[in-house]
Amino acid sequence: MLRRSFIQTSTLAVSSLIVGFSVLEQKAVAATAGFENPWIRISSDNSVTMVAMRAEMGQDVYTTFPLIMAEELDYPVSLVKVEMAPFNPAHYGNLSPYFGGMQVTGGSQSVMSHWTQLRTIGAAARTMLVQAAAGKWGVSPAACTTQDGYVMSGALKASYGELASLAALQQVPQSPTLKNTQDFKYIGKEVARLDTKAKVDGTAEFGVDVRQPGMLAATVARCPVMGGKVRSFDAEAARKVPGVQGVYQIEEGIAVVAIDYYVANLARGLLKIDWDLGDTSSRKDTDTIMQRLRDASKKPGAVAKKAGNSAEPMAGAATVLSANYESPFLAHATLEPVNCSASIANGECHVSGPFQVQQFVHAVAAAIAGVPPEKVFVHTSFIGGGLGRKSMFDFVQEAVTIAKVSGKPVRLIWSREDDTQNDFYRPASVHTLEGGLDTQGRLIGLTAKITSPSPSIDKVPAWVSNGVDLYMVEGLADVGYDLPNFRAEAVIQDVGVRVGFWRSVSYALNAFAIESFIDELASAAKRDPLEFRLALLQKQPRAVAVLKLVAEKAGWGKPLPPGRFLGIAQTHCYGSYVAVVAEVSVKDGQPLVHQLSCAVDAGIAVRPNQIEAQIEGGLLDGFSSAMFQKISFKNGQVEQENFDTYKMLRFEDVPLVHVHIVKTDNPPSGIGEAGVPLAAPAIANAFALATGRRLRKLPFLDA
Amino acid sequence: MDIKVNGVNREFKGDPNTPLLWVLRDHLNITSLKFGCGQGLCGACSAHVDGKLTRTCVTACDELEGKNLTTLEGLAPRLSQALKSAWIQVDVPQCGYCQTGMIMAAAALLDKNPKPSDEEITAAMNKNICRCGTYSRIRRAIHIAAKALA
Repeated sequence: MLRRSFIQTSTLAVSSLIVGFSVLEQKAVAATAGFENPWIRISSDNSVTMVAMRAEMGQDVYTTFPLIMAEELDYPVSLVKVEMAPFNPAHYGNLSPYFGGMQVTGGSQSVMSHWTQLRTIGAAARTMLVQAAAGKWGVSPAACTTQDGYVMSGALKASYGELASLAALQQVPQSPTLKNTQDFKYIGKEVARLDTKAKVDGTAEFGVDVRQPGMLAATVARCPVMGGKVRSFDAEAARKVPGVQGVYQIEEGIAVVAIDYYVANLARGLLKIDWDLGDTSSRKDTDTIMQRLRDASKKPGAVAKKAGNSAEPMAGAATVLSANYESPFLAHATLEPVNCSASIANGECHVSGPFQVQQFVHAVAAAIAGVPPEKVFVHTSFIGGGLGRKSMFDFVQEAVTIAKVSGKPVRLIWSREDDTQNDFYRPASVHTLEGGLDTQGRLIGLTAKITSPSPSIDKVPAWVSNGVDLYMVEGLADVGYDLPNFRAEAVIQDVGVRVGFWRSVSYALNAFAIESFIDELASAAKRDPLEFRLALLQKQPRAVAVLKLVAEKAGWGKPLPPGRFLGIAQTHCYGSYVAVVAEVSVKDGQPLVHQLSCAVDAGIAVRPNQIEAQIEGGLLDGFSSAMFQKISFKNGQVEQENFDTYKMLRFEDVPLVHVHIVKTDNPPSGIGEAGVPLAAPAIANAFALATGRRLRKLPFLDA
Repeated sequence: MDIKVNGVNREFKGDPNTPLLWVLRDHLNITSLKFGCGQGLCGACSAHVDGKLTRTCVTACDELEGKNLTTLEGLAPRLSQALKSAWIQVDVPQCGYCQTGMIMAAAALLDKNPKPSDEEITAAMNKNICRCGTYSRIRRAIHIAAKALA
């Protein structure tokens, strides 16, 4: 269903209304023959195709984007055909201020960054159809109405398809009238996902499913220690395995190309490789790494935010508290392992797979393939879990290199062990916090410092300025509490482990520290943790609303079953306001989580069922990482390999989850990552109330 | 060797140790079964061998001799339809990668136990991993499918 030709014929363009968006000019554009990058294409048979210009990795843009356009177009969303966008940042670049127009999916930015443009494009197309009908019928556009793919005026009625070619001749309105929110027919309503059928009947094409004639399977024998290089190798036995088509040394190790995945990996196992492990002293073991971070955390950090007496925020405090928190490295562990298919032939390079950043894929493929950039074609499949891992391009580099050296079309699929041991891990971190209370128990000063490797510094250096990586201080520099005296700091400390962007990036690290520490301060002030927070959030009505709602729904302050305790936490992330209550008991001296309740204000709830699903999944991601996940090192090597050693959430582990959506008229905000950060602090806070013991180190069930 | 997939004999000329997953995916072009772990730990590759839930990533194709392998495409139509409809009704999938394996595991469960309790669902489905955390929706969908089949 995802296969399509790259060249749309001019006949199609002439008989269709095609409306798109120019990222460079920041305006709606339309309908000229040869314009191949629409957002909406209305064909003469009344079919409507919309392009998902962000990748679909479960977060639902495949439905949400068409839904927003269909709302303004007045076309039944269930009938929309969806195509994945090809690479073309001029038309499909991300409109988020973070991404500089690059074609990227990430940062929970998709709906919030494209909301206005999606509506505008839908409304522009609708306006052009109305103008076409009005002209044809000799009536005023104001005398025309639209409904479900038809324009009507009195007894006259024409389908969008019938009007498409006429509509294509109209001028594209740049500021078409948008619907009033109370007139929404799809937005805010229960609309079924458009990709569910393909995902339950097995026809959805993920990266691993890409098939082309003559395509071979590829695998790469990598150094057991990341960054190691091949000194020498003997491939005699490997080459003799029936079905092996070639063995090649590439930068990352030794690549084997064979008729199928099994043969490729069987042969890989027979390679004799002498590895130069390189210098692994900095990541000798987990203790060495964490000690290095602890040592670095004692240094003054780069200041990310300050307020009041930021030099001495504790001045005048009657009570000063301090605490440190630690988080481990985490693997993304997407269920679809990292993979990429590549072919180089006839002067063209085609790259297919689960890509979050088409811009990187295109650039890397062009550099390796040795064909002009305009001859590099990026085909984005459904993504079987992205979580930030598939924003990287190491696997693209490998696949295109192997296609080049072998001269064959190849499908590279990493083994689970490859995937676990060669990730761009969520950074391990150490947090150092200090808080001052006055004699009334009010919080008058706070300092918060994160020490970790920088996820951005080697990828998008522009995200690091004056020693502060934007993606280390989310929810730390912009903590929502009203603090008279405040200083947030970051210390970037490389520890020889490659790190990256893991769902909710630093929000999760910072929320664990900040929201745990707020409870420690509330306890020292002898205040109820909810009341303590509300007092600090008087200028944040949306934060207050979600806190109050989740407290009410979870039974805060009400009698609980014996042995049960509630912990609360809140944050403002991706533009959304989130609050969580965890209901916890103590089993064998450890937290046992019974329920997680969440209230979320993501502005206009575009598709409430999707918000509920994302928050539910996010909370469980936060829960499993808080409870039992970690990546550890021994002799420079990652200790975990597969799901027996890197524990994943299973049916038996899942607590009850309740999601309460607060609908507001604010523009839609991010939701894909917003559920992740608060499970850890809410659980730690409940556990402390139950036992008097603070959990300051993740994961909680670490032996 | 000949292997029987969804009631049809198919020829496979490769190594008889090849796991069924790769025979199906790389030779017979049946890609509804997914690769997740290669060690029988995640259930993404689930199929049925003579009705029994099987992890095809750790089952060599010569173990299929004399038996029939059923993939999602070959499930009994009534069972298949009930499960897919329930999954669609509950809007279960997010990324969707695990879901075909989940449906195969649920089909094996309902085949033996037409009205499973929550505990029985947990026990039967516990070897299947969903990285998006759709577990409670899967549970709801299984109950709905069970009711539809009753």
